[in-house]
Amino acid sequence: MPSVPRDTIPMLLVPALMLAMLPLVGSMPTWVTLTVAGLAMGMMIFIMSSGLTLVFGLMDVLNFGHGAFVSVGAFAATLVLVPMQGWLEADSLGMNLAALGLAIAMAMAVTAVLGLVFERVIIMPVYGQHLKQILITMGGMIVVEQLIHVIWGADHKPMPLPTALRGAFVLGDAAIEKYRLLAVAVGVLVFIVLTLLLNRTKLGLLIRAGVENGEMVEALGYRIRRLFVAVFAAGSALAGLGGVMWGLYKETLTATMGGEVMVMVFITIIIGGLGSVSGCFIGALLMALTANYAGFLAPKLALVSHIVLMIAILLWRPAGLSRK
Amino acid sequence: MLNTLLSGDLPRSRTLSVLLLVVVLGLALAPFITTGARPLNTAATICIYIVLVASYDLLIGYTGIVSFAHTMFFGIGAYGVGLGFDSPAPAWSSMALGLAAALALALVLAFIIGLFALRVRAIFYAMITLAVASSFAVLASQMSEWTGGEDGKTFDVPDLLSPANEFGEFMGRIVDGKVLTYYIVFFCAVLIFLALLRVVNSPFGRVLQAIRENEFRAEALGYRTVLYRIAANCIGALAAALAGALMALWLRYVGPRTTLGFEVMTDILLIVVIGGMGTMYGSVIGAALFILANNYLKSLMAKAAGAVAGVPLLESALHPDRWLLWLGILFILAIYFFPSGIVGKFRRQAVRPGI
Repeated sequence: MPSVPRDTIPMLLVPALMLAMLPLVGSMPTWVTLTVAGLAMGMMIFIMSSGLTLVFGLMDVLNFGHGAFVSVGAFAATLVLVPMQGWLEADSLGMNLAALGLAIAMAMAVTAVLGLVFERVIIMPVYGQHLKQILITMGGMIVVEQLIHVIWGADHKPMPLPTALRGAFVLGDAAIEKYRLLAVAVGVLVFIVLTLLLNRTKLGLLIRAGVENGEMVEALGYRIRRLFVAVFAAGSALAGLGGVMWGLYKETLTATMGGEVMVMVFITIIIGGLGSVSGCFIGALLMALTANYAGFLAPKLALVSHIVLMIAILLWRPAGLSRK
Repeated sequence: MLNTLLSGDLPRSRTLSVLLLVVVLGLALAPFITTGARPLNTAATICIYIVLVASYDLLIGYTGIVSFAHTMFFGIGAYGVGLGFDSPAPAWSSMALGLAAALALALVLAFIIGLFALRVRAIFYAMITLAVASSFAVLASQMSEWTGGEDGKTFDVPDLLSPANEFGEFMGRIVDGKVLTYYIVFFCAVLIFLALLRVVNSPFGRVLQAIRENEFRAEALGYRTVLYRIAANCIGALAAALAGALMALWLRYVGPRTTLGFEVMTDILLIVVIGGMGTMYGSVIGAALFILANNYLKSLMAKAAGAVAGVPLLESALHPDRWLLWLGILFILAIYFFPSGIVGKFRRQAVRPGI
C-alpha cells in the first residue's frame, strides 16, 4: 500500500536540540545529568498529556479537569503503598517493583472508574459546547480536588521512593538518578504500547478513523459512543499512571499537584498538535529538555522558556508539530 | 436619569431590582451600618470583585471568550499601584505613574495575546492564556527585588488615607483615612461598573454579542470579528487592572496570592457563572453572595460539622475549609440547570409570572 512519506523533521528535533546544547553546556557530565533529567521529566509529562490529547482528538473535548485525575492517581497509589510499606523498604528491586506495579494498577483502576463517572456525569450533557465544557470541567476539577481533601485529609502526604530506586548511578563523572531512568523506561513503554495499539490493531484503526471523521465511522456501523467512553477511561488511567510517577518524583502529594503541571501538559499538547500521540511525545521531550537546559544556562530565561518554545513552534507550524 | 445612568439596561425583574438596591445601599452605607474592620474589609472586597467579575463577564458572557489570564491583568494593576507607592514618602504622582505604566502594560499584553491567540478556537485561547498567566505569576514571584517575591510587598499610602488621619465622628464610626479609602474604592467601582454597562449596551457591545451567538454570521455581516474580540479583550484587561489598583490601594499590600493566584481565577469563574453570564448585574449579585459566603458561610459550616461530628466522611466534607466543594457542586449544577445564573433565573420569572 503506498503510504504518505513520513514527516521526519519533528522527530529529529529532540536529538538535534540535545546535540546543539552539548557545546553550550560545556561539560559532558553536566550535560548527561541535565539531559537525563530532562528526558525523565518529559516522559512523565508525556504520560500525563497522552490521554488528554487522545480524548481531545477523538471527542473534541478538552478536559480542564485532567489535572485532578493526576492527583487522584497519586493519592490512590498510597492505598497500596501504605499497607505494603514492608515490600517498599526491602532492599530488593523485585519486591520494590512488584509493590510499585500493584500501586500503579490500583491508581489506574481508580482513575479509569473516576473517568467513566466524570464522562457520564460531567461531560456528556455538554458535548459540542466548548464554552460550557471548559467551565464544567474546571468545576469538576475543583470538586475532585476538594474530595481528595475530604477523603485523604488536607495535609501534604509523603510518598517516599522505594529503597532500590533511591540514589544515583555514577557513570564516569556524571550522576544519573535511578528513578529518572525508571521514568524514562515507563515513558518509552507507554509510547510504544500506544503507538502499536493505534497503528497495529483494529481498535486503533477505529480510534484514528474517529479522530479524522467520526460521522463516517458511525455510518459504517461502529458505535462511536462506546469508543469515546473507552478512550476517556483509558486517558484518565494514563493520567493516574502519570500521577504515580509524578508523585514519586516529587515525593510529596498535594491535591493541587495535578493542577500545577497542567500548564506544561497544555503547552505540550498545543505544540504537539491536538490529538497526536507522537506529536505529544516529541512536544513533551522538547519542552522538558528546553526547560532544563535553560535553567542551567540562563536561569532567568527558564521562567519563560515554555512560552518561547511554544511561540517558536507555532510560528513554524501553526497547528502543532504533527500537522504540516 | 436612572435609565441613562444604567445605559437603558434595567434589571428587568422586581426581585432583582430589590436585591441590587440592597447590595448597593449596603455597600454605600457599609462604614456606618457596621462596626469594626472586618465588615468594612468584606464590603471593599465585594466592590473590587464586582468590577473584576464584570470585566470578566464582558469577555466570557458577552463575547464568548474564555480567558484564564484575567488575574494577570488584575495583578498588573495591583503591582502598578504597589510599586508606585513603594517608597518611604509615598506620593500620589509616583502612584499615578505606576498606575499608568500598569495600564499601558495591561493594554499591550492584552493586545498581543489577542492578536496571536484570538484567531484560533476558544479552547486554544483558554489554554494559551492559562500558560501565559502562570508564567507571569512565576515571573512576578521570582523577580523578588522588585515585587517582594512570594511574600509580596506591604507599602504605605499618603497620610491623607492613613487610619491615623481622623476627620471626626459620624453615626458612631470614626471617619478616618480608612473610611475615605473605602469611599474611593466604592465610587471608582461604581464608575467602572457603569462604564462597562455602557460598553455592553453600545453598538459595539451588540456586535460582541453577535459574535458570541454566531461568529460566522457576524463576519458575514461585514464585522471584522477578530478586531472586535481584541478590543473587548483590551477593555476587559484595562478594567481588571483598575480593579487590581483598587485592591492594592485598599489592602496596602500586593502579593502573588491575593492577585495572581489561580485561586483568584477560580473565584472569578465561580462568581460569574453563579451570578449569571452575560448580564453584568450577575457580577454584583454573585460577588456579594460569594464574598459573604467566603466570610460567613465558613462559620456556619463549622457548626454543621460539629453537629455531625463522628460521621466519618460527612464531618470532613462539612469542614469549613471545604466550602469550595459545595460551591463547586453549585457551579456545575448552575451550568446545567440555569446557565444564565441567578440573574437569568429572576429575569425569566419576571417575564412569565406565575410559572
